[in-house]
Amino acid sequence: MLKSVFKGKVWKFGDNISTDYIMPGFTRGETPEERATFCMNAIRPEFAREVKPGDVIVGGRNFGCGSSRPAGQNFVTLGIGCVIAESFSRLFFRSSVSVGLPLLYCKGVYDAFQEGDILKADFETGEVRNLTSGQVLQADPLPEVAMNILRAGGVVALLKQEYGKR
Amino acid sequence: MGMTMAEKILASKSGLSEIRPGQYVTAKIDLLMAGDSTAQIYQVFKEIGIDKVWDPSKVISLTDHDIPAPTAEAAERDVLRRKFVQEFGIKYWYDIGRGGICHQVLPEKGHVLPGSLILGCDSHTTSYGAFNAAATGTQYPEAYWIAAKGELWFRVPETIRFEILGELPPRIMGKDVILKIAGDYGTEVAAYKSAEFVGPAVEKMSLSDRWAIANMGVEIGAKFALFEADEKTLNFLKGRTREPFTPVKSDPDASYEQIYQLDVSDLPPQVACPHHVGNVRPVSEIGEVPVDQAFIGSCTGGRLADLAAAAEILKGKKVHPRVRLIVSPASMEVYKEALSAGILETLVEADAMVCGPTCGPCPGHHLGILAAGERCISASNRNFKGRMGNPAAEVYLASPATVAASAVAGVITDPRNM
Repeated sequence: MLKSVFKGKVWKFGDNISTDYIMPGFTRGETPEERATFCMNAIRPEFAREVKPGDVIVGGRNFGCGSSRPAGQNFVTLGIGCVIAESFSRLFFRSSVSVGLPLLYCKGVYDAFQEGDILKADFETGEVRNLTSGQVLQADPLPEVAMNILRAGGVVALLKQEYGKR
Repeated sequence: MGMTMAEKILASKSGLSEIRPGQYVTAKIDLLMAGDSTAQIYQVFKEIGIDKVWDPSKVISLTDHDIPAPTAEAAERDVLRRKFVQEFGIKYWYDIGRGGICHQVLPEKGHVLPGSLILGCDSHTTSYGAFNAAATGTQYPEAYWIAAKGELWFRVPETIRFEILGELPPRIMGKDVILKIAGDYGTEVAAYKSAEFVGPAVEKMSLSDRWAIANMGVEIGAKFALFEADEKTLNFLKGRTREPFTPVKSDPDASYEQIYQLDVSDLPPQVACPHHVGNVRPVSEIGEVPVDQAFIGSCTGGRLADLAAAAEILKGKKVHPRVRLIVSPASMEVYKEALSAGILETLVEADAMVCGPTCGPCPGHHLGILAAGERCISASNRNFKGRMGNPAAEVYLASPATVAASAVAGVITDPRNM
């Protein structure tokens, strides 16, 4: 995460969006680019085709429930700026931090945004703003340990810093 | 102030005498179940130039989601796993024919010890909580860190407690209990929390039933799904490990975010309807639902007791002509025991197709993928749209007994009526 403020067009999803939707199990073996074409295929087949780099996701409760496969990688591959949801599954939250996908828990975000609104999220302050409606929400800022991983760009980047061939 | 099981384990592994929910700690890991992610760990370690794992006896490697390899790509990943084991001197590796599904194999091989902290590259790692281990899922970006360093950051979770009262009636299984909890309290009730399962019904139920509950702990959001260790736990471990271990119990004055009580004495069989694990109803309330496929297997429903429950129902009967029944014992140990007990013969005589151990059908990888419009009753753990194949298929989740009864009847059926 080279910046801490993200601004983008909202794609809105509801409660209990499973990693089986975000990264279907049958796509295990392909390249990241191939896998990402199946993102949300079961519930919104047009998503992976139409989403643009810099767009953001707004989710409901328990976003990313289900399998531990690091489904956030598909969002990174598609260029999604960040994910803001009412709540996340623990596995999705941690795996997204590990792959370098910024995300915030934010109460009220589901009702505050319509599909297509412009969202601005500041990860240093936790402020989430709907630039279309003017509404402002306060998210829980991430713990420092998670911010450090995101600032580095994910766990692999951190390990490269420490172990990388010189 | 006392501590819960999860707090005690995290405190001891972090070198602290006391910790509280919400605190961030760095803890030493007792075991990394690297499983299928072994392939990715190998690739990334080679790419970065990390030439050893923190402890080759504590990174357990196996292959389970696609075995035996259904595609050339899957075969290539198995090659990477074997290279990792060879080049990094991994002590425990369970290849095809020696292991099976990780969450069955690790306890069977004596790797899961009470009081330990285990991370596993699969969401159902919460299974090991049945053996009093604080165990939770991770995945390969984070697993690289663990494999290299043997430690990880944690947020100390709040603990909730499920007091399960009464006693499981005949043909009602651990699976019915966890589905009931998911249905009544929702699939977020334990989100990012440690869930403890205690009470008279837990004491009386089999280790296999506890294993199924802990396994699906993650389906109610749990970080850990912990049971106390008792005689049943210790008897299971006898002969499987020589390592010392220290079981933990919650202190009487430990603090809980919430305590739930559930009496299972009259619990009817439960079914999770499409397309969500929390969409649960008693079998009597779902009406006449014909099925095309029935599946008994996975880390949730492929244990010996699960196959035995199915065999009891299928003995002398035939699977309904319109239905195919697929059975996959969760491990080679289960397979061998079911073979020598005559269980597999009973199942095969009933027209079941018995496969080897694999995760295969449950996440829609291979051996029983569903076509559009098909309906499956499954002893596995998830029924999200597209989970077992085509997004236009439907998956109903139930106990192995209910799956077996439904396979015979051709419609979803109460196993107590058979």
